[in-house]
Amino acid sequence: MTEFTPLEAILGGSLIGLASVLLMAFHGRIAGMTGILAGILPPIQADWAWRATFLLGAIAGPVAVSAITGTAVPFENPVSLGAVIVGGFIVGVGVNYGSGCTSGHGVCGMARLSLRSITATATFMAATFITVYVVRHILGGI
Amino acid sequence: MKLISTFIIGLIFGIGITVGGMANPAKVINFFDVAGTWDPSLLLVMVSALVVTAVGYYFVLKRPHPVFEDVFSLPAAKQIDLPLIAGSTAFGVGWGITGFCPGGSIPALGLAIPDPFIFVGSMIVGITLAKFLRGRNAFKTVKTHN
Repeated sequence: MTEFTPLEAILGGSLIGLASVLLMAFHGRIAGMTGILAGILPPIQADWAWRATFLLGAIAGPVAVSAITGTAVPFENPVSLGAVIVGGFIVGVGVNYGSGCTSGHGVCGMARLSLRSITATATFMAATFITVYVVRHILGGI
Repeated sequence: MKLISTFIIGLIFGIGITVGGMANPAKVINFFDVAGTWDPSLLLVMVSALVVTAVGYYFVLKRPHPVFEDVFSLPAAKQIDLPLIAGSTAFGVGWGITGFCPGGSIPALGLAIPDPFIFVGSMIVGITLAKFLRGRNAFKTVKTHN
């Protein structure tokens, strides 16, 4: 069980949006986590440095939040380690073939009204809803 | 200067992910569990991120070029093809299994808990393998200036 946190959700979403706008305004880049990450994985792209600093900034995010609020960031992993390993691999292959994830397609691409991104987002959201239903209500957890 | 800028923008992104709850797999899975312990928070995260980005892009993309660069780098691909659909489907399955998406899992590394490292390690293997199998850049961009 997690509580509905509407104010945090709107604040968090707005900050994600702000970061996406700033990355385009200052650097002309799409704030898609998959694309940014893929560029620092072999074969590494020439422009790896801005990608690495963006990723380091993102990793510093929760550190900054717990420093500001003075409390631990809520975290709970409800699935087994085996599921995390298998799921992580499926996500990695999927986001490369799909050319993006929630941030790249779901936020940046949809904001540009890209038909590819709208299609990708509808597809992965539907697949996720179905998967969670199957895992939780048919398999009874993994 | 450019690298300080991308660090700060990454930090804003990471704070947004953390405050919104996207770095917490239990919260993400509960959003998708409409038939069970539904938590609608992530709908508000996605909608507010989308609205802010859409409004911001509207103004930004009218400018002649980005502040630090000569051109905007926008995705080159336009076609809806099998890799897009199959890849997105696989991503959804993996997201549903774990509650981690790439944008949620990278900031979650900052929590210094083992699980996000295991997820990200496995995801990196998947991305790298797919890069070699495809032999081309799935994130090719075209450079445009107004």
